[in-house]
Amino acid sequence: MALRNIMGKRVGIGLMGSRALSTATCDVESGSAKSINLYSAINQALHVALETDPRAFVFGEDVSFGGVFRCTTGLADRFGKARVFNTPLCEQGIVGFGIGLAAMGNRAIAEIQFADYIYPAFDQIVNEAAKFRYRSGNQFNCGGLTIRAPYGAVGHGGHYHSQSPEAFFCHVPGIKVVIPRSPRQAKGLLLSCIRDPNPVVFFEPKWLYRLAVEEVPEHDYMLPLSEAEVIRQGSDITLVGWGAQLSIMEQACIEAEKDGISCELIDLKTLIPWDKETVEASVRKTGRVLISHEAPVTGGFGAEISASIVECCFLRLEAPVARVCGLDTPFPLVFEPFYMPTKNKILDAIKATVNY
Amino acid sequence: MALSQLLSSSSRSGNRLKSLSSAISLRHPISTDTTPITVETSVPFTSHQCEVPSRTVQTNAKELLTFFRDMALMRRMEIAADSLYKAKLIRGFCHLYDGQEAVAVGMEAAITKKDSIITAYRDHCTFIARGGTLLEVFAELMGRQAGCSRGKGGSMHFYKKDSNFYGGHGIVGAQVPLGCGLAFAQKYCKDEAVTFALYGDGAANQGQLFEALNISALWDLPAILVCENNHYGMGTAEWRAAKSPAYYKRGDYVPGLKVDGMDVLAVKQACTFAKEHALKNGPIILEMDTYRYHGHSMSDPGSTYRTRDEITGVRQERDPVERIRKLILSHDLATEKELKDTEKEVRKEVDDAIAQAKENPVPDSSELFTNVYAKGLGVESFGADRKEVRATLP
Repeated sequence: MALRNIMGKRVGIGLMGSRALSTATCDVESGSAKSINLYSAINQALHVALETDPRAFVFGEDVSFGGVFRCTTGLADRFGKARVFNTPLCEQGIVGFGIGLAAMGNRAIAEIQFADYIYPAFDQIVNEAAKFRYRSGNQFNCGGLTIRAPYGAVGHGGHYHSQSPEAFFCHVPGIKVVIPRSPRQAKGLLLSCIRDPNPVVFFEPKWLYRLAVEEVPEHDYMLPLSEAEVIRQGSDITLVGWGAQLSIMEQACIEAEKDGISCELIDLKTLIPWDKETVEASVRKTGRVLISHEAPVTGGFGAEISASIVECCFLRLEAPVARVCGLDTPFPLVFEPFYMPTKNKILDAIKATVNY
Repeated sequence: MALSQLLSSSSRSGNRLKSLSSAISLRHPISTDTTPITVETSVPFTSHQCEVPSRTVQTNAKELLTFFRDMALMRRMEIAADSLYKAKLIRGFCHLYDGQEAVAVGMEAAITKKDSIITAYRDHCTFIARGGTLLEVFAELMGRQAGCSRGKGGSMHFYKKDSNFYGGHGIVGAQVPLGCGLAFAQKYCKDEAVTFALYGDGAANQGQLFEALNISALWDLPAILVCENNHYGMGTAEWRAAKSPAYYKRGDYVPGLKVDGMDVLAVKQACTFAKEHALKNGPIILEMDTYRYHGHSMSDPGSTYRTRDEITGVRQERDPVERIRKLILSHDLATEKELKDTEKEVRKEVDDAIAQAKENPVPDSSELFTNVYAKGLGVESFGADRKEVRATLP
C-alpha cells in the first residue's frame, strides 16, 4: 500500500515502545533553510505532502483560497481543485468523509477551522476513525487520515476561539495526537503525521502562526512521532509541556536560572502515544516534575503524565508533581490573563517544588 | 416599489401630520397616527408546501416611523461598533448586522415578548429589537459590568431573559435544536407562543439542523426556523456550499416561505403568517433574502469574495432604511428634515451610550469563577493557583 512504501524507506514511525529511530536518520540539518513562520512551515509541509503522494487531498472550510490562517495558500492553484477543495460548513461531515477517503487508501488531510469546532466531529473521530482497524480485524483502516486544527489561546479569542481540547482525544486508543512547538518542528511532525499509518489529530498553536519564526529546512524531512525532546538540559526539576506553552515555560526556566534553579524542559510533541521513557529518565535525574498546559487542570493531559510518573518514580520523587494549567472555568473573555498559566505562575510553582 | 394608497384618508392624515410636526419640529417626529395605510411588498412571497401570504400589508404612520427609527438606530450602532473595534476598545470577535436590520425589526413587529427568539452570533440588533438598551450593548461589547451578560459573554453572547431572547451562540448551527427545544416547552406549557430559531446560509448545511427539523415536524412543534440568507457563509458564496440554495425548500416535508429580507413590511407579514401557521400546524421555514454590508466579522474586509459593485448595488437598490425613508416621504408621513433629525437624535443616543459604557468598569476578577455551576451546588476553587477545590454538596 502506498503509505507503507514511502514510510518504509524513511524513518520507521514508532509503534508502541519502538525507539529504533534516532534523530540521526532525519536529515534535518542538511540542505538550505529559510527563516519562516509557523503557517508558512505548515504550508510547505502540505505542499511537500501533496507533491510526493498523488493520492493526497487537502479539504476543509475555506482552504481553497488559503484558509483563514493561510496554511493552505497556493495548494489549490498548484494541485488543482480535485485535490484541494472547500467543504460546506459541516465538521461531522468533513471528518466522516475523510475517514471514508482514507479507508480507500488515500491520504486525507482534513482541516477543522478551529479546534473549538471539532466537537460535532468527535463521534466520527472516536467511534469511527479510532476503532476502524481494530473492529475490522485489520481488514480496513483509515490510517491516511490526518486532521489539522488550530488550537489554543490567542489573546482575545474568548470561549470559542481559544480552546485546547487535546485531553479529550488523548483518551482514545487508536488515534495519535501531535502538537508542534515551532515552525521547524511543525513541518517535520506534520509530514510524519500525514505519512503515519494511523489516524492523527494534529493541533497547531494558533498564537504562533505569525509570531514564531525559525530557520526551516526547505527540503522534505520528517521528525519522529512518540519521541519527546529535551530542549533544555537541567538538574533540579523537569518541566513537561507542548505547543505554545513551551515558550512560556522556557521564560520561566530562564528566570529560575537566576535563582540558581537548573530546569530541564521537555517537549512531549506526541501526546498519545507519549514517550514515557524520556520523561521518566529525566525525572529520575531531577526528582521533581512540573507539567503545564493551557487546558483546564482537572482532567487535562497533565493528570495522565502525573499519574504515570508517580507510578514509576514514586520513591525517586522529592516533591509532589506540580501542574500549572488553565483554571477550571470555560475559557473566559476579559479574564484571559487570569486564566492562563503564565510565566509567574510557573515560576512560583518551580520554586515551591524545589523548596518542598 | 409598487404602492397602493387609499388616497383620501392618507392625504388628510398627511396634512394633519404636517401641522403637528411644524408645531413640535424640534422633537422627534414619532407620529401617533394609526390610520391604516396599505402597502404592497416589493416582491411576492414564494412558498413551499403551504399557501402564500398576501402581498398587501397593513401598516400605519406610527409603525413606519418606528421602523425607521429602530433601523436607523441599529445601523448607527453597528457602524459605531465598527469604529470602536478599530480603536481596539472592542476586542475578540465582532459580527455586524448592518444591512440586515429589516429582519430583526420586522420580526419583532409581528410577535410579542412571550414568543422566543434564538439566534447565532450576529445578535446585536436582535437584542436591541427585543428591548435591549444601547448601554447594555456597548458595555457588553467592551466587556464591562453593565453589559447584558455582565461583561462575560462579549459580542457573540447577548441574552435577555425577560423578553425571551435566548441569545447569542458561537457554534454554527448549535442554536437550532435548542430553539426546537424551546418550542417544545412552549407547546407543553400551552403558552400559545412560538420560537423563532435563526441561522445563516452557512449553518443550513449543518446536520443538526435536519435533526431538529425532523423532530419539530414529528411532534408538531411551534418552531419557526428562519434562515437569514445573506448569501455568504463567511467567505463562501451559497452556490459553492449548498447543492440547493433554496433554503426554504430544504425542509422537504416542512413548509417554507421565501421572503425579501430587506423589506421590513414583507418580513413582518411573513412572521405574522408563520406564527399563525406554527401554532396550528407545526414547524415552518422562513428564508429571509438579505445582505450584510460588512464582512463576516471585523477581521474580514468583505471584499475578497464579492465585488464592491455588488455591495454598493445592494445598498442603492435594496437598503432597508432607505426603503422605509422613501415610503414615509412618498406618503407624506414626515418631512425629510424630520427624518434627518431622527437620525441625528439616534446618533446622539448612540454616542451617549458609548460614552457611558466607556466609563463603566470591567467586571471584578472574582467573576472569573462565578456561574460555572449553579451557586452553591458545584465546586469552588481556592488559593492563589485555584488548585484547592472544594465540592459543595446540596
